[in-house]
Amino acid sequence: MGGKKPEGMVLINDQGLRMDGRRPDQLRNIKIEAGVLKQADGSCYLEWGGNKVMAAVYGPRECHPRHDQDPTKARVRVRYNMAAFSVSDRKRPGPDRRSQEISKISSEALEHVVLTSLYPKNAIDVFIEIIEAEAGTRCAGLTAAAVACADAGIPMRGMVTAVAAGKVDGKVCLDLSREEDNYGETDFPIAIVPKTGEIVLLQQDGHFSPDELDQALEMATDAAMRVYEMQKAALLARYQAQAQAEDEPAEAEAAPAGDHDHDHEDPEVA
Amino acid sequence: MSDDVIAEIKRDYLTQLARDGKRQDGRAFDEFRPVKIQTRWIQQAEGSARVHLGDTQVVVGIKMAMGTPYPDAPNDGTMTTSAELVPLASADFEVGPPSQASIELARVVDRGIRESKSIDFAKLCIKPGEKIWMSYLDMHAVDYDGNLFDACSLGCIAALMTATVPHSKVQIEGVPPMQDAPMPVKEIPIMVTALKLGGQILFDPTALEEKVGGPRLSVSFDRAGNIRAMQKGLGGSFTKDEVRHIVRRGRELADGLREQVMKQVG
Repeated sequence: MGGKKPEGMVLINDQGLRMDGRRPDQLRNIKIEAGVLKQADGSCYLEWGGNKVMAAVYGPRECHPRHDQDPTKARVRVRYNMAAFSVSDRKRPGPDRRSQEISKISSEALEHVVLTSLYPKNAIDVFIEIIEAEAGTRCAGLTAAAVACADAGIPMRGMVTAVAAGKVDGKVCLDLSREEDNYGETDFPIAIVPKTGEIVLLQQDGHFSPDELDQALEMATDAAMRVYEMQKAALLARYQAQAQAEDEPAEAEAAPAGDHDHDHEDPEVA
Repeated sequence: MSDDVIAEIKRDYLTQLARDGKRQDGRAFDEFRPVKIQTRWIQQAEGSARVHLGDTQVVVGIKMAMGTPYPDAPNDGTMTTSAELVPLASADFEVGPPSQASIELARVVDRGIRESKSIDFAKLCIKPGEKIWMSYLDMHAVDYDGNLFDACSLGCIAALMTATVPHSKVQIEGVPPMQDAPMPVKEIPIMVTALKLGGQILFDPTALEEKVGGPRLSVSFDRAGNIRAMQKGLGGSFTKDEVRHIVRRGRELADGLREQVMKQVG
């Protein structure tokens, strides 16, 4: 946000199209794959425009350090981390203030849907690695993390889906690209529980009029429903493949995910 | 915790298997797992590679930055390596500052590349005595099933072989504009790692083998088959004959791996 736009750069042309040819309410290309890592209890690989993200879930497992434990419920701990080579100027490895903040609000967003009271004293550790970044990594990361949780069989009352809207050249737009993020006026990442419409993450920086905020909210939640369908499809594909591998076609047809204890993340999947 | 308990139980089993001449996954002692290398994977990096070695997966990215040379090598570029064992990759990896294991990993991979004079540092000079290219090799383990040394080493050399020196990005007074050039790679070092378990020498160990096994020996070979770097790690000891065996057989395995690199890296 707020970078000085290079001379002559046009973010939205006279046909109303953006630099990468998208309409204002169009998402970048998204690819989601569940169950990609062998060591983790659940995992997800997600490409979103030029973003490449991996998420892994370990747990529920014993919570270390001890003083982090909650005797009444599980702790959901998200760690967002960028690879040194993920951005144009090498990022020094290790946590910085930005990634600490993203980790915190992502933890809080996921915690809302996880049935934490089932696992007192435990930790559900969620690791988000940004392998390549092109703007919108927190949304891509959280969207991947929710898929990884479902893949791990973590009981959840719903999915979490994150999308950003924003304002570019005075127009409300969906899912800002790198240039739009750098030279646009507003960034507005939001995460919802698609089934209930609850908002579990919300940030904004830049400038919105009250009307523009309404518009951005509608645009982002509409788009989240589309991303939600892709999340479900990824989970379905992963368990259909597994069922096929186990050579039980009859059961796979009857209940694609049912016999793996993974359907309770969302009844709509099964 | 629970992993350690499992390891205790499996230690006897794996050790007995090794004594009987077998491994848990059915491989021969001197057999590597399948290697898959994908280069130019990350557009933000000047060089990159994603390597699968069986179920181990690492991503290596190379970033180039302009800097000032060291006083003792005023006309040479530099190389800095670092490795992150992120907790995404294994329940055994923890959040926090770089562990000793990740520092050892980065330094051993570094030595294999540096001591084989793989990079022609003189060609990374922009303006003698003033401006040079600094190359940063960052290794990111994303799925850990053992032998990160060889996987990262393969990732680094594959990323180097396909990296670009972004000369066109910089403008220095008194230096004519230059075009982007391929990374000046002169040598392709290959690291081969073996582990001692149940009195046997196992190449390309899995995570479980590393956990229950004894010492590890990593050896880097250049194209001529000379040894450029070695590192013994983990508890336990080798005999002279065991070291000779690892080097003799490792040299042949390195040639096979190098062929794979040449075939897969385009």
